[in-house]
Amino acid sequence: MGDDEVSSMRHQGGWIQRLLRGCSDHAGTLLGLAVAAGLFSLPALVFGADVAPAAPTEYRDIPYVGSRNVIWVIAQLHLLLAGFVLGVPMFAWVCEVVAWRGGEKRYDKLAKEFTKLLTSAYSTTALFGGILLFLLIAFYPKLMNYLTDIFFPSFIVYCILFLVETATLYLYWYGWEAMQYGGKKTFHIFLGFMLNFFAFFIMIIPNSWATFQASPVVIAEGTDMARAWAATWNPTWWPVNIHRIIANVVLGGYICGAYAGIRYLSAKTPEERDHYDWMGYVGNFIGVFGLLALPFAGYWLMREIYQYNQQMGITLMGGFLSWLFILQAMLIGVLFLGSNYYFWLGITHRIPGSALQYRKPILAMLVVLLLCLGVWMTPHSLVASLEEAAKMGGTHHPLLGVLGVMSAKMTVSNLMILVTFMSFIMYWRAGKQDTAGWAKIAKAIMGAILVLASIAVIILGVWGYFVPAIIRINYFSTSQVLIVIGVMLTITPLTALLLKSAKTTTEMVWGKMPPRAGYSLVLNAIMVILLMTLMGYARSSSRVHWHVYGVVRDTSQYAFSPALGYASGIMSLCTFFFCMIVAFIFWVATMGDKTKAATESKKAELPHGVPAMAGASSALDAPRAPKF
Amino acid sequence: MGPLIKLILLNVITYLILKFVVPNIPGSAPLPASLVFLYLLLTTSGYLIIATVSAESKEEFWGPIQRFLVGDGIGGLQALRWAVLILFPLLVGWQTYNSTAVSDAPPGENRTIHPAPPGEYAGLSNPVPKTPDTIQQGKGFYAAFCSPCHGGNFDGKGSAARGFNPPPANFSDPTTIAMLQESYLFWRIKKGGVGLPIEGMPWKSAMPRWELELPDEWIWKIIMGEYDGAHQSPRTWE
Repeated sequence: MGDDEVSSMRHQGGWIQRLLRGCSDHAGTLLGLAVAAGLFSLPALVFGADVAPAAPTEYRDIPYVGSRNVIWVIAQLHLLLAGFVLGVPMFAWVCEVVAWRGGEKRYDKLAKEFTKLLTSAYSTTALFGGILLFLLIAFYPKLMNYLTDIFFPSFIVYCILFLVETATLYLYWYGWEAMQYGGKKTFHIFLGFMLNFFAFFIMIIPNSWATFQASPVVIAEGTDMARAWAATWNPTWWPVNIHRIIANVVLGGYICGAYAGIRYLSAKTPEERDHYDWMGYVGNFIGVFGLLALPFAGYWLMREIYQYNQQMGITLMGGFLSWLFILQAMLIGVLFLGSNYYFWLGITHRIPGSALQYRKPILAMLVVLLLCLGVWMTPHSLVASLEEAAKMGGTHHPLLGVLGVMSAKMTVSNLMILVTFMSFIMYWRAGKQDTAGWAKIAKAIMGAILVLASIAVIILGVWGYFVPAIIRINYFSTSQVLIVIGVMLTITPLTALLLKSAKTTTEMVWGKMPPRAGYSLVLNAIMVILLMTLMGYARSSSRVHWHVYGVVRDTSQYAFSPALGYASGIMSLCTFFFCMIVAFIFWVATMGDKTKAATESKKAELPHGVPAMAGASSALDAPRAPKF
Repeated sequence: MGPLIKLILLNVITYLILKFVVPNIPGSAPLPASLVFLYLLLTTSGYLIIATVSAESKEEFWGPIQRFLVGDGIGGLQALRWAVLILFPLLVGWQTYNSTAVSDAPPGENRTIHPAPPGEYAGLSNPVPKTPDTIQQGKGFYAAFCSPCHGGNFDGKGSAARGFNPPPANFSDPTTIAMLQESYLFWRIKKGGVGLPIEGMPWKSAMPRWELELPDEWIWKIIMGEYDGAHQSPRTWE
């Protein structure tokens, strides 16, 4: 920020100075009056000396904890809750549409179960948003003044959107039962769409504030609206919007999976086991569905950051934050492994007798995943002792160092996406036998597509080392992504067509998953939350000592980047708090159900309760749940 | 062979490959312990995943371990069980102590090779027109000022290179200057080792501060000569 801007900010609200300037035409008269008034008011200076107005406060702090840590935790929790609140309606709406079009009531039940969480989750998110705003105003008044000056028009739009979103959410939730059939259901579906529509804009407006801090576009002239619009449409706004919307789907899916996993582990009846096993499958599927697209969006975002500012790009990818991306690789790797593991458990446990049949393909996919993960996790600069570094000739390994750059990382991430996609296809096809006459040709085509695509991805990855960076970034990496998308768009409809006429040889049995399946769902959710907290740190730290990159400098005592180890502690704390908040929301939202269920079961025991038909209660008749 | 023995054997084989085979591949070097540990962790995770994917394989892997740890009637293995239950926590404690205790060993090398350049250098572009003449001039300057360390073949193997730790950069490696913009090289040549930010450990680079010796135009020409001689291209956005 220039000196002029600082000076103008410091003098905002300086009405006395303006009044004096305005009255300069009557200088003589006023001067006399001022001297007289000054003489009479001299004694008052004794009282006023201690409260003489100084320069406006730029920062405030909290002793021991530190203002930055407080803002960090609250902002991260708000972001995670917002991701949850925006991800769940998408998830719920898709489930409701599936139930509406396909007639499967259990999807409607699932959608309702999650929408129920929204009202409490929504208010908790708003609560954290409010706390964050108060704290920002209190701790960073100078920065907030600057941002308000630029973004005031979008604050108004944001408030209006919030009102509309709240009203839509109330109608959507409270009208669920009343709008179940006919035209009313169509209207309810429309309400769900509008809920997501408004939620999207509620997400992208604050994104503009945050991305402006990283890649500001400041125009000195023009109306308030023109300045706000220029600042909003900054270089990283849309990459972040797309990245976050996909990440929200992933978060919503995996949290649904974790919830189902915990309920599955504590299920008491076969019905509960069936339902929560199925819910876990749906959650994992939606999480994986988003996860497959997430690396593409992340790559685009990093590309835009690098192009916007070389300094920021290198800080992130090659500078002091580069080790953060090894942690990211580790977390994404565990997520890929966890999601695939859950698919494989599903094949071997839900489809009786298939364990032996799928062992080899599972082993092959696991080996590819681990090799890819090994490459992804290999850093460019290695952690080595002085002795080891001397033997290597520096911290770059002469042979494995080549695995540390983007060409290798892009290649393996694409291959991991392909493997995960094939895991899903294998799960989809398990227990079915093709009957179509063209099945053999179709399978051969699919196999050929997969093999050729994998080879093409690897060739482009290796070739990427021998061409200028811009060719690799603009053409090779993009081609790798398009190849993988092409595989998905070809194999998915072909498989669907094949399965239309396929014969089911072994029925899928729900509720037979071992406890480790539930734990893997919980692990996946924790990995996603940790990942989001890590990338929150990356986004903020990439600005280094700037509040608004290159415009408003951080002059507080916290104008330094915390070390990765320290940051990991805060990330873990945020993850723990978020899990506790989500657990609380789930507990509050399902409290009524438990009471209702208990009352109903008591009623059933009483002689005047609704009589059950003989054998109607499968909970009583079912054999004890098998031990795993 | 029991699954646990298989797991141990797999890790031993992986370790031997990483320790003795990979370093002996031409052009390779010994791997640091951190990387070996990372790969062994992946190997173990992979084995545990495949061993627990079906009920049968899980029983085959985990069953004997569980019976050994908590089962009845294990006969002569009872003493071994107690030994494991006592020694394992001690081993973990010993490892924790070792990794946190004060030591006279120097800390690990965590130097950032490519720290971010200062803002004033980030947006610069080469003002010297790229012609065969200017490239040739750049190569000439390179031969005079840079090749003693970075090598006549741009491979970091100049006659003086062996005297430095860390060694001079190898420009023919596609993971060095090919990843960077020309402005980055301009900053590094102009300001030298002492101009590095703290994470780049300025005290660990012998790169001279060439701004004291060479005009900016020469530096830009050297950059063109370096890229051309190393058969690399700078990172650009067009």
